[in-house]
Amino acid sequence: MTLAIVDLGYGNIGSIRIAFERLGVTPILTADPGEIARADRVVLPGVGAAAFAMARIEERGLGDVLRAFPRPLLGICLGMQLLFDRSEEEDAACLALIEGVVRRLEPAAGLSVPHMGWSRLAVADPGCGLADGDYVYFAHSYACDDGPATIARADHGRPIPAAIRQGNVLGAQFHPERSGAAGARFLRAFLDS
Amino acid sequence: MPARRIIPCLDVRDGRVVKGVRFRDHRDVGDVVEHALRYRDEGADELVFYDITASAEGRALDTAWIDRIARVIDIPFAVAGGIRGLDQAAACLDAGADKVSINSPALERPALIAEIARAFGSQCVVLGVDSLEADGDYRVKQYTGSVAATRDSGRRTLDWVREATDRGAGEIVLNCMNRDGVRGGYDIAHLGAVIDAVTVPVIASGGAGARDHFRDAFAAGASGALAATVFHDRIIAIPDLKEYLATCGIEMRR
Repeated sequence: MTLAIVDLGYGNIGSIRIAFERLGVTPILTADPGEIARADRVVLPGVGAAAFAMARIEERGLGDVLRAFPRPLLGICLGMQLLFDRSEEEDAACLALIEGVVRRLEPAAGLSVPHMGWSRLAVADPGCGLADGDYVYFAHSYACDDGPATIARADHGRPIPAAIRQGNVLGAQFHPERSGAAGARFLRAFLDS
Repeated sequence: MPARRIIPCLDVRDGRVVKGVRFRDHRDVGDVVEHALRYRDEGADELVFYDITASAEGRALDTAWIDRIARVIDIPFAVAGGIRGLDQAAACLDAGADKVSINSPALERPALIAEIARAFGSQCVVLGVDSLEADGDYRVKQYTGSVAATRDSGRRTLDWVREATDRGAGEIVLNCMNRDGVRGGYDIAHLGAVIDAVTVPVIASGGAGARDHFRDAFAAGASGALAATVFHDRIIAIPDLKEYLATCGIEMRR
């Protein structure tokens, strides 16, 4: 199996690469449109802010490749946010594979932002490898709209889509590469999907 | 709200874990990977690795040991020590660290906070603050990796945490130096003042000696509690601690 991790230059992708290596798959890091289009599985990691990452994607000619990708595509953290129509973060137009907007989390009394740490999940679709009551690790200041694509939810002042699925497109707002056994089950299910 | 985090802190020198009391007299206690695995297996929620000499010696931390940890660990970890620029932060994250914690270099050049936050997001930028009380006033110390180099930064702690979070720091580790390594409990009043001053998560550090100290930090609103001695010396076992805190009504990941 060819697993491509989209390489946008700067990026916190070391831990994602290693998580797949632990599952027995050695990913290729690439920004080559052809290589990405041919891959069996594609992972879109997060890099910096939404506008910055989208600019990198478009200048490398990857936007259309990702939109047209027919096999399982997984966006992780900011990578999941980029799958939506638009992000409030620097008002960025995103890939528009999933309907909805990415909005800033607002701090409140007893509710800090970023949403940082292990939150408990309510899971609607156990086929994604996650189970009700699993704790997974989050680190984010913006969150996607909750909608029909949500398959696992956390709560941080409002419902947070922790995982989404629509057709071949999968997203994780949490960090599966840093979420212990639950995260590994999620990545395994993505590889096996 | 996420579960409250229990965070063992490991001081690192030359890829080895060392332990000192009040930032001095360090002794070698083993390999970083062995310690990282032990804590992961015991249920630690996150780990922090401080290269204790890099900042004071004015050099960047070595990323070889970060890579070794990242290969075996499936929980988040932060690294700290001598990260002075974007390239050094990028090297740590590429090696597999989830966050970088900056302390003295942020005091030298506060713009560094925004540079890393813009490139990688605020959630990657932890501000380490060594706060020392004198005559009722809390001030930030700099170059605390060695006693000889330690000096006053000229900043008051509350001013600095406000400024740093405005610049993009996504988390604060508040280390109360008066309490460090002496196991008398976290400085709860100071912790509460810092939590009230910022909207980002605050991690309590310095002084944990008993299970109730963790309970008190979480009751004050800390997002996580960091400790070294009680875990290294096996005075408190993490599974027992989490069990106890859960019975106190504090959400724990178990």
